[in-house]
Amino acid sequence: MNPQVILVYDGSFDGFLTCIFTIYEQKIINPIIKKESETNNQLFTISETIITDEAKSKRVWKGLKAKISSFQQQLFFKTFLSEIKGVENTLLSFVINIFSRQDSKHIDYSNKNILKISQVAKMVGREKHRMEAFVRFKQTKDEIYVATVEPDFNVLPLIISHFKDRYADQKWLIYDIKRSYGIYYNLLKVDIVTLDFFSKLNTSIKKDNYADQELDFQHLWRTYFENVNIKSRKNSKLHMQHLPRRYWKYLIEKNDI
Amino acid sequence: MSFNRIREKLSILADAAKYDVSCASSGGKRANSKKGLGNNTGTGICHSYTEDGRCVSLLKILLTNHCIFDCAYCVTRKSNDIKRAAFKIQEVVDLTINFYRRNYIEGLFLSSGIFKNSDYTMERLVAVARKLRLEENFNGYIHLKSIPGASDDLMREAGLYADRLSVNIEIPTVSGLQLLAPDKKHEDFIKPMQKVKNEIIQYKAERKIIKSTPRYAPAGQSTQMIIGATGETDRDIMYSAAYYYKKFDMRRVYYSGYIPVITDTRLPSLQTEVPVLRENRLYQTDWLMRFYGFSINELLNDQHKNLELDVDPKLSWALRNLEFFPVDINKADKRTLSRIPGVGMQSVSKILQARRFRRLDWIHLKAIGISFNRAKYFITCNSKDYFHKDFNPILLKSKILKTSKSKYTKHFSNQLSLFS
Repeated sequence: MNPQVILVYDGSFDGFLTCIFTIYEQKIINPIIKKESETNNQLFTISETIITDEAKSKRVWKGLKAKISSFQQQLFFKTFLSEIKGVENTLLSFVINIFSRQDSKHIDYSNKNILKISQVAKMVGREKHRMEAFVRFKQTKDEIYVATVEPDFNVLPLIISHFKDRYADQKWLIYDIKRSYGIYYNLLKVDIVTLDFFSKLNTSIKKDNYADQELDFQHLWRTYFENVNIKSRKNSKLHMQHLPRRYWKYLIEKNDI
Repeated sequence: MSFNRIREKLSILADAAKYDVSCASSGGKRANSKKGLGNNTGTGICHSYTEDGRCVSLLKILLTNHCIFDCAYCVTRKSNDIKRAAFKIQEVVDLTINFYRRNYIEGLFLSSGIFKNSDYTMERLVAVARKLRLEENFNGYIHLKSIPGASDDLMREAGLYADRLSVNIEIPTVSGLQLLAPDKKHEDFIKPMQKVKNEIIQYKAERKIIKSTPRYAPAGQSTQMIIGATGETDRDIMYSAAYYYKKFDMRRVYYSGYIPVITDTRLPSLQTEVPVLRENRLYQTDWLMRFYGFSINELLNDQHKNLELDVDPKLSWALRNLEFFPVDINKADKRTLSRIPGVGMQSVSKILQARRFRRLDWIHLKAIGISFNRAKYFITCNSKDYFHKDFNPILLKSKILKTSKSKYTKHFSNQLSLFS
């Protein structure tokens, strides 16, 4: 019995694509790809640490781009960002399937892996959309609009262009408390930032740092939210379905100010 | 601005505007020009949801709830003794911009009670939109109400700033309108609709020649009908809707279950429940008509004046037309597939793509996500198992109802007891 090879990478998208490069280069049969953070030693396995190499990852991505539509590229990237345990291996078998076929224009929804990818990508897409909806900026004294979030999946990379296009004339920061990094727009470009300011215990901007009218507008928004509700149509189930409780923490309209 | 006064106005004028169900922010694309504020990607975003489960996408308010009309169904009618308020133009602009910058909303939906006359009111609505677009460089979504009877000039200007314009016809039949809104004339509703339609046609024609033609209401126009205030049948409602879709190129017709707000002998009593299930069935019919290739007289006609409440309108049609089935999943064309109960347009497109690779069986179909419980009786696929037998409609309906669970069950317990 050949021992199974486990490739360990740093968790980045480039790192993952480098793994795929290595698998093809070394003709590894039935490998498993794992993040550093989830490794444990198993019997009868060989573990190999893959060092992220941008040149290699670019080659893999270029190869994929030539074979699949931009829609499928999106699905692929979104599925990766789900960070679901073992998702790398589903994506790997998708890659193998794609590279082994001549025609890859149509999507084979009856293939187990492809269906799985389209389902996971849908979940990630939904989370991206939720972040576009549920981000609540608070204006600070230094004129930056700041929001904190804890998305289920790592979706900040997916929402950069949305917020950059929309809020082109104001500085803003969206910070992922769970993953300890944020995206910051300085009126010119968006940078990835990490700040000591926020932590799991300190998840929001303090009132002392609010701009002058910030609290007023939070109150006005709450007033609006309360008055737009129609009591005789109350439907808590539907409300919870659209607005799951785990998002309430960061929604001004669902909290006392 | 005085914050407390604004807060009071906002509570009155948001409360009065909430019966307008439209909250769409989709359909009109607008890019952020010159590094200004906002854009509209065309897909629409619900930024929050009220406790009744409705989407909050726009700042939906009235400019004022003062009104010279006395329509029976309306909270802001002249004779109703309620608190009145009016926003200044600049106040609406400030609220919109500051809510938008905080990512609370997609834009503004501005309506109004009619004070003085139609044009005086419409002029003020247009002034808000003009200020947002020209002074604030705001590119978010703007939905303006077309005030019945407003002049063509104002409607033209409104469309240059707004993404969507709408007039609510409210009562689906002309006779109902006469009864409940005696001050309003049917022609007054039609006039701005017709103008908007013509402008959109003209814009599309001119744009082909001159690319820089200013855009006109890119998200089109919509309207709303109140359901259950007068004794109209579902057929009356949907034929009316079909007429507005066809005649005025409506993007959407909204159906709003009547919410009793005032006592009036012409209206259902205050204890009447909001007909949410009926509303839902009407929307389903609307979708079947617009996206599934059904013509309205297949779903509602002289023999079937009202939709069934316990089954959806597609299943109801299928039960009346059993000779159309079974449909072969691996051979049927798109239009035929879309007529199978429990198979939506997303499943149809997945089926069409997947069957290029192999003949599909029940396991594939379940994985694709069709509603197996309903669909299985109407399908044949690549399997020896089949569920389609020579059932009669009544037996089949009770079979399906027994195995299905609807969130609306509590609304149709009366009908169900017929089969148990």
